[in-house]
Amino acid sequence: MDNKGVLVCGEIVEGKLAPITIELLGVGRKLADGLGEELSALLMGGKAGGLGQEAIAYGADKVYVAEDSLLDSYNSDAYTQMAADLCRKELPSIVLLGHTDIGTDLAPRLNGRLGGGLAMDCLGLSVDAAKLLVSTRPVFGGNAHATMVSKTARPQMATLRPKTVPPAKRDDARKGEVIPVEGKLDPSALKVKVVERIKEEVEGVKLEDAEVVVSGGRGMGSAQNFEVLKELASVLGGAVGATRPACDEGWAPMTLQIGQTGKVVSPKLYIAVALSGAIQHIGGCLGSKYIVAINNDKEANIFNVAHFGIVADYKEVLPALTAKFKELL
Amino acid sequence: MNIIVCVKQVLDPEIPPAKFKIDPAAKKVIPPPGVPPVISVFDERAVEAACRLKDKQGGKITVISLGPAQASEVVKHAISMGADEGFILQDEAFEDLDSFGIAYVLGRAIQKIGQYDLVLCGRQSADWGNGQVGSILAEILGIPVVTLACDIEAADKKLKVKRIVKDGYEVLEAPMPSLVTVSTELGLPRLPAGMRIMIAARTQVPVWKAADIGAQAAELDKAKAHTEVTGLSVPSRKTECEMISGDSPGQAAENLAAKLAKLM
Repeated sequence: MDNKGVLVCGEIVEGKLAPITIELLGVGRKLADGLGEELSALLMGGKAGGLGQEAIAYGADKVYVAEDSLLDSYNSDAYTQMAADLCRKELPSIVLLGHTDIGTDLAPRLNGRLGGGLAMDCLGLSVDAAKLLVSTRPVFGGNAHATMVSKTARPQMATLRPKTVPPAKRDDARKGEVIPVEGKLDPSALKVKVVERIKEEVEGVKLEDAEVVVSGGRGMGSAQNFEVLKELASVLGGAVGATRPACDEGWAPMTLQIGQTGKVVSPKLYIAVALSGAIQHIGGCLGSKYIVAINNDKEANIFNVAHFGIVADYKEVLPALTAKFKELL
Repeated sequence: MNIIVCVKQVLDPEIPPAKFKIDPAAKKVIPPPGVPPVISVFDERAVEAACRLKDKQGGKITVISLGPAQASEVVKHAISMGADEGFILQDEAFEDLDSFGIAYVLGRAIQKIGQYDLVLCGRQSADWGNGQVGSILAEILGIPVVTLACDIEAADKKLKVKRIVKDGYEVLEAPMPSLVTVSTELGLPRLPAGMRIMIAARTQVPVWKAADIGAQAAELDKAKAHTEVTGLSVPSRKTECEMISGDSPGQAAENLAAKLAKLM
């Protein structure tokens, strides 16, 4: 087998290395050291070159920079073509991407083109005694974990869930090589056009970034009753989430759905209100540091995963909880 | 407009955790008795997206599902929503395939169906959630792919797709044919009603075997799988839930707030 080394597909956000890229460089460095091989990174975008040294400081031995303005913002066709061309030339053994808007689109396409083996949304990456990449990923909405390997397919690919590992330590004394990618994009291969990008302003904190999430389920009873959750969330500087049944009822927008079939959140504090805790929902909040359950059914499953619980009607609990937090915080 | 939708039958994600059991040796989930499997939610959204396009401009919706004979239930569900016909892809050689194997089989079936302007898949399955079959299938078919769609319009041989991203959405323009993967944000699927339920109930869903779609044994060889599941476990959750009490629910709430304020 000729494939060698670890390649991180980097992301640039507002002219800087994305946090996930710095996390990947940390993991990639460990894997490369374990294999006794090199860590390289691919940075795409008109001004990618300016970040080459920074990627080296975070652990890369080599940084390939593809400076083409067609790569300034994410274009699936362009990124796939550029990354596939580089992988075919450099033959990395392992390719790592972030499980982000870009990675979830790019990784499976790139893998489809290269014929490698890919594990998505990984929580852990290591190499085993046979020097194979072992990827641990949540399945069944996080209710089970699967480990996966690719025995023969190359490259071995994985997308890593953001914030599952600490960022790499920066060391500006590190030495490495910045290599411009010579290949040019074939514009005729760009079949899908990005017409526009719309940023949706959300009131308060974004669900994915929130340190506190207050979620309501079917027991809330109505859209109007979600107001008390909003109040509590705003006192705590957090965001409101909802279960699938609550979204299906139209009490909360689909974009706030938490669970296996919605968003996965891992805040410091997750307050689950009037929700029973079906496997698909708890899969979306298991990574929270503290889970608090408020439910009038003491047999509700949510108490099995919660750290703190109150068995009572939420209507009698939430106003006092919100008032007390206001006083304390 | 000819639309092909790929659907998968999965374990019902709404079951309580107590019913969720795995067989670590076989690396499989044990289906809970008495709980019928369901159409994967993302795939149901893909069927809904197809129905909305058909409502607007007519056309034909064909549904395919790789799975056991009982997967005919999800094909019938799609027909009850508005799909015109469906096929089950079932063969011993199709069992336990990885994403590449599944995409290969779906690709063979799509080539047998022939005419299509749009192929729809769910963004990922609601069970294993590998999230790559759609993209690999597009590569196999040699057509463009747009992932994570929450809205699809078709006009002048072009598709306009809204793609969900973290802080909003993108609007993309793709040629036909293309493959689009659909996300939950598309909105609720329609409820089957009236005549459609009757039509679906009467439908016999044909089964296509490997030979029917010209699937080559070499492509289905598990020894050449791109990925292999080497372990399956249920993560240990050692949380003891501390019940907070008080003279009244309001008092309990205050005690809880005091406790949490110290931890935050």
